[in-house]
Amino acid sequence: MTICDSRRWRSKIYLGLCYFAVAMGLGVLALILTTLLYNGFRGVTPAVFTQMTPPPGSSGGLLNAIVGSLIMTFLGMAIGTPVGILAGTYMAEYGRHARLTVVVRFINDILLSAPSIVIGLFVYEVMVVKMGHFSAIAGAVSLAVIVIPVVVRTTEDMLRLVPDTLREAASALGLPRVIVIRRVAYRAARAGLLTGVLLAVARISGETAPLLFTSLNNQFYSTNLNKPMSSLPVVIFQFALSPYKEWQQLAWTGALLITFAVLALSISARALQSERQEK
Amino acid sequence: MNTMSTEPDFGNDQAAPKLATAVVATEPGQEPIVKPPEPPMAKAAPLKQKVIIRDLDFYYGASHALKGVSLPIYANKVTAFIGPSGCGKSTLLRVLNRMYDLYPNQKAKGEVLLDDENILSPDQDLNLLRARVGMVFQKPTPFPMSIRDNIAFGVKLYHKLPKSELNDRVEAALKQAAIWTEVKDKLNTSGLSLSGGQQQRLCIARTVALQPEVILLDEPCSALDPISTAKVEETIDELKENYTIAIVTHNMQQAARVSEYTAFMYLGELIEFGVTAQIFTSPEKKQTQNYITGRFG
Repeated sequence: MTICDSRRWRSKIYLGLCYFAVAMGLGVLALILTTLLYNGFRGVTPAVFTQMTPPPGSSGGLLNAIVGSLIMTFLGMAIGTPVGILAGTYMAEYGRHARLTVVVRFINDILLSAPSIVIGLFVYEVMVVKMGHFSAIAGAVSLAVIVIPVVVRTTEDMLRLVPDTLREAASALGLPRVIVIRRVAYRAARAGLLTGVLLAVARISGETAPLLFTSLNNQFYSTNLNKPMSSLPVVIFQFALSPYKEWQQLAWTGALLITFAVLALSISARALQSERQEK
Repeated sequence: MNTMSTEPDFGNDQAAPKLATAVVATEPGQEPIVKPPEPPMAKAAPLKQKVIIRDLDFYYGASHALKGVSLPIYANKVTAFIGPSGCGKSTLLRVLNRMYDLYPNQKAKGEVLLDDENILSPDQDLNLLRARVGMVFQKPTPFPMSIRDNIAFGVKLYHKLPKSELNDRVEAALKQAAIWTEVKDKLNTSGLSLSGGQQQRLCIARTVALQPEVILLDEPCSALDPISTAKVEETIDELKENYTIAIVTHNMQQAARVSEYTAFMYLGELIEFGVTAQIFTSPEKKQTQNYITGRFG
C-alpha cells in the first residue's frame, strides 16, 4: 500500500514537472508571438510592401529589404542545398564505412555550431576584401555556408533512417546504386530531407551577423548581385537601435514578417508532407 | 560430397507417401504432411542443374559462416534450405545473387555456377546477375510508391516498353503472385497501404515482373499469418513452372509442402541434401533426423 502510494505520488510529481516544462516552452513562444503581433501588426500597411526604407523622420516601407532577403535567401539555398544533399548522400550511402565520412562528420559538426559572425568574417575576408566592395552575392555565399552543415546533417541522418532492407530489395532487382539512392532512398527519406531544407531556410532567414559583413545594407531597391543589398534582419537591427519612432515601428513590422513567413513555410511543408503520406 | 545425392531416387516413389503417413502424421485421417515427389512420368526431360555450388566458403570478417558447401539447385524445382538459426541458410542465399557484395568485410570463396558461368568471378556484372536471380526478403519491403510503380519501376529500367505493354506486364506479374484480384482497383495507391501478406506478394510480383531465371525466397512467410502463408505457398507452386526456386524456411511443414529437394544445414555445413520426401522420412544422417523430429534446433 505504501509503495503504491509513493509511486503514485512520484508519478504525479514528474507529470507536474512535465506539464510545467511544456507550459514554459509554449508560454515563451506565445509571448513572443503576441508581442510581435501587438507591436508589429499596426505597422502592416500597403506602404510596407511598396515603398523603400525611409530616411530618418519620414515614412516608408520595407520593399527593398523584403526583396533583398528573398533574393539572398534563395541564392544561399540554391548554393548550399545541392552541396549539403550531395555530401550527406555520400556520407550515408557511398562512404558509410569510409574514414573520410568520420572526418567530414566531425568537421561538419564544428561548422554547425560555429558562430555565424565568424562565418560572416570569413566571407568578408575571402570575398568582400578581394572584390573591394560589399555585395549581395557575398551575402548569399555566407548564408550558403550556414546552410551546408544543417543540410548535410539532416540528409545523412534521414538517409540512415531508411532501412537497409529497402536498399537490399532495390539492389536485388538489379537496380544500379544511383537509381537505388535516387528513386528509393530519397523517396523514403523525402519528408526528412524536406524538413532539413526548411530548417535551413528558417535558420538563414533570421541571420544578421554574416550579412552585416557581406551584403551590408542598401537604402534603395536593388537587384544587382554585385552591389550591397538590403535585407530584413539587417534593417531590423539598424532600425530597432535607432531613436526614430518610424524606424522602430518598421523594425517591429519586419520582425513580424520574418516570423510569420517562416511559420507559414513550416506549416505548409507539414501539410504537403502529410497529404503525400496519406496517398 | 557423399552427403548429397545428385540424382533423385525415384525408386522410392511408392514407398514415400506411406512412410510419410507413418512418420509425420500420427493421427488417422490427417493428411500426410509430406508430399510425395511427383511421379517420374511428369518429367520426361532430364533434370537440369541450374545452379551448381562447389566448395563454397563464406566469411563475415573473421567468422567462417559457410564451410565447403556443395550442392546443385535444379531447374524448375523448389529447393528448400532448412536448419536452425545461424546455420548459414540465408547466407547461402545471399551468395547466389551476391547480395553480400553491398557490404565490405564479407567475402565468398569457391564456385557458384549459374548456367556454367561462375558468378563469383570479379568481372560478373552484378546488376545483370540480380536481374537474373531475383530475391524476396523476410520482411516485406514495398518501395514508397504506388502499387503499379512498385512493379513497373524495375521493369522500365531493363525493358523499354510502350505503356500498354508495361501495364500488361504489371498485371501479369500481379496475377502470377496471386494478388491481382485484391489490388486491381487500387493500383495507384501506395504499396505501403497494403497488409503484410499483400505487401509480401507485391514483392514477389515485383521480382517476377523482371522475369528472372532463379527466385530466392528468404523466409518469405515468417512475418505472415497462416492465410497469407497459404497464398504465398500457392504462388510458389505456380511459379516453379517457369522459374527455379530456392527457399529458406524455419517452418519444416512448409519445406515439406512446397519443395522437391531439401538441404539441411547446420553450423555452416551442409549436412544432407536430397529429395524432400526422403529427407523427411528416412534421412541418412542422425542430425537431420533429430532436427526434423524436433529433438534439437
